[in-house]
Amino acid sequence: MSAAPALAPPPAGCFHCGEPLDAGDVVRSEVAGEVRAFCCHGCLGAAELIHELGLDSYYERREPGPLEERAADARALERWARFDDPALQRGFASEEPDGTRSAVLSVAGMRCAACSWLLEERLARLEGVREARFGLASGRARIRWEPGAVRLSAILAAVAALGYRAAPFEPDVEEAMVREERRAALRRLGVAGLGTMQVMMFSVALYAGAFGDIEAAHRDLLRWASLLVTAPVLAYAGRPFLVGAARDLAARRVGPDLLIGGALLGAFGASLHALGTGGGEVYFDSVCMFVFFLTVGRSLERDLRARAELRIRRLQRRVPEVAHRSEDGAEHDVPVAALAAGDVVVVRAGETVPADGCVIAGRGEVSEALLTGEAAPVAKQPGRPILAGSENLDATLRMRVERTGPATTLRQVASLLDRAQLEKPPVAETADRVARVFLSAVLLVAAVAAAAWWWLDPSRVVPVVISVLIATCPCALSLATPAALAAATHGLAARGWLVTRGHALEALARVTRVVFDKTGTLTAPTPRLAGVTPLREGLTPDRALVLAAALELRSVHPLARAVRAAARPGAADTACGLESVPGCGVAGRVEGRLLRLGRPTWSAALAGAPLPGPPPAGTVALLADERGPLAWLAFETPLRDDAAGVLAWLRARGIATALVSGDPAADAVREVGDRLGIDDVHAGVSPAGKVAAVEGWLSAGDVVLAVGDGVNDAPLLGRAQVSLAMGSGSDLARLRADAVLLDDRLASLPLALRWARRAQRVVRQNFAWAIAYNASVLPLAVAGLLPPWLAALGMSASSLLVVANSLRLHAPPRGDALPAGGGGGA
Amino acid sequence: MAALYVLVPLALVLLAIAVAAFLWAVDHDQFEDLEREGERILFDEEPDGAAEGAER
Repeated sequence: MSAAPALAPPPAGCFHCGEPLDAGDVVRSEVAGEVRAFCCHGCLGAAELIHELGLDSYYERREPGPLEERAADARALERWARFDDPALQRGFASEEPDGTRSAVLSVAGMRCAACSWLLEERLARLEGVREARFGLASGRARIRWEPGAVRLSAILAAVAALGYRAAPFEPDVEEAMVREERRAALRRLGVAGLGTMQVMMFSVALYAGAFGDIEAAHRDLLRWASLLVTAPVLAYAGRPFLVGAARDLAARRVGPDLLIGGALLGAFGASLHALGTGGGEVYFDSVCMFVFFLTVGRSLERDLRARAELRIRRLQRRVPEVAHRSEDGAEHDVPVAALAAGDVVVVRAGETVPADGCVIAGRGEVSEALLTGEAAPVAKQPGRPILAGSENLDATLRMRVERTGPATTLRQVASLLDRAQLEKPPVAETADRVARVFLSAVLLVAAVAAAAWWWLDPSRVVPVVISVLIATCPCALSLATPAALAAATHGLAARGWLVTRGHALEALARVTRVVFDKTGTLTAPTPRLAGVTPLREGLTPDRALVLAAALELRSVHPLARAVRAAARPGAADTACGLESVPGCGVAGRVEGRLLRLGRPTWSAALAGAPLPGPPPAGTVALLADERGPLAWLAFETPLRDDAAGVLAWLRARGIATALVSGDPAADAVREVGDRLGIDDVHAGVSPAGKVAAVEGWLSAGDVVLAVGDGVNDAPLLGRAQVSLAMGSGSDLARLRADAVLLDDRLASLPLALRWARRAQRVVRQNFAWAIAYNASVLPLAVAGLLPPWLAALGMSASSLLVVANSLRLHAPPRGDALPAGGGGGA
Repeated sequence: MAALYVLVPLALVLLAIAVAAFLWAVDHDQFEDLEREGERILFDEEPDGAAEGAER
């Protein structure tokens, strides 16, 4: 690390990965002729490698912003080595006839086309790699390599060296199903679209002929051709509607499918009859258009949901694919799914724990961040329980498996949350009831019209009924909401708001109360050094800080990072003999002196001295040497700087706020509440208590938005009508929340609320238009003034109008910025 | 207008080919990653033989 000269503030983000730079972690080095700043040596290595390979244009092409995930570090080669095992490879790689092997990898961290380009170029330069194609949308790569020329571990290591993470892809049954469903929908859409276009072309000829003179033979030819095209369209693309209609009929229930199916079959049947008798009207074009536009509407809806599912999946960190089971003194690598209770498993440093169990040998620290959102390591020793999904930080542990798969705590909590999700108060139930009433009314009207015309002029019955059914088609209605939601969701996603559930926007627009958790939501996710209090004559706070920073040089503990950030970069002395004692702190020698920094009782024990006086408030650590205590280091978790602005904005709009925290320190919680102007403050609340609080508000009629980030927030997030997880929160919270703030900036909350309200306005406009159209067209259809083709045309036009109106939601709503100058306004 | 007897069936045949091509494309994941593939052609290949560098 080069000694930095006069200290300009470090640049906003790491040159390679874009992560915000911690003042204590900056690595500066010259790459490609310019001095750049990096967040760690891993990124520096990646940038140097990219330069060496001549791929610098990567930095120009890619989109700005931080990489989603970064490989922890490249203690890579041994981790990847196990994938070279031929037995293991048989599980996911296949032999090609030309002797090469191919496999599908799942790759994490690709954010834009430049990332996949970089990876493809990098692997192309690796000898022995025949083919490497990285798919951005799927997060997967297809590689083909010569087993004799290069090992799979080298390929995986090469990917990791650039900062991405690749692993053999495990086909997820559910995901395969989703993919197949999507493909089937696409097939139906294509067939419907192509068929409609062709039939409309024939129709042009037929209409032209109807107004002029057309020979019967030619007219019949065109009609038969239309039939040949329409039949497959109806049978293949229209199948979902016909099946739905049959189901509705069997259940004696009136649903949109019943009406649609009825109209389709009626029109088709009437056309067949006309063909057979050589007279009358033919409605093949109406049938095709009808099917096509309905399919478009349904595809939009499904696409919205599928995209949300995909994003959720990408938020998931993986549980390890293999575990090291110890049997009769030998270690075997087995798939995690094969573990059973009673197995003894070895978990090495840097690996993820595969199952719930109990530690039987080894001492070290693990991070349970996946479950609690807290990066603070938890000490483990024989006899302590250990949870699946936690990351083993520093020492090899042996454990006995107690619970696997669905019985693990991880999955239990997940399924609890799923249930909570199902019990969510419904937001859109009225819409369903209205729809049912409307549809029954339509059937009634059609029946009445049929009866009337039967009496007046039987030859007009069929076209009138068909026109009525088509004219009142719920096409525009069914598009109204999904189109608007899709556009708004898309626009929000571009601004760091990941909406994972469609209903979230509807609920967001009606929010009357926002409930915050304290840690990680209103306060910054990582602590900060608040002050250093020297305890010895002649020791300045700065000097004490320098000593502390030297000791914490290699630690990943969040408090250690806070210490390093506070010390001036480059000012740390070197320490040797650094030793980290789990649960206590770090020890080492600086300038020949043995020092300890950590838990007060442990640090003071170095000199055998008693604890000096009362410690400062909050989280503290004690720095001590062999003669006695040297200094107190106090830490605090500061408020987010945009918190005040956001809360003021909410108050100005009459939205009630509340703070419900699991933090038992009631004073600290109340203080945060006071500073931010929150009136309803609860501290020391258990997860069940949080749910009870929300239920209280719900019964008072509030629409609640819950903002949280840890797993003990999860039931709260599930019970509120809409929930938001901070981007830095635990994986579980992010998975279960309705929306995730990817950029972790609270300031975008006002923007999202305004956007959601605007989306609701657009939805209402869409509905208004659709209903107005249907209402005005219905009398015309009943009166026999509306031929079916015009009805179909009108329906298509109104659908397109609704979609066009919804596209306006792509752009953010203009308007007032946050009062405190935050970035809420667009 | 006897030409119609040729043209209309021809149109149907062309439609069948179009549908078959579309279905093939869907089955072969041509519609999977629309953004990446679109941008792929915009990235220039390195003109020299740098692709053959034996990097480990």
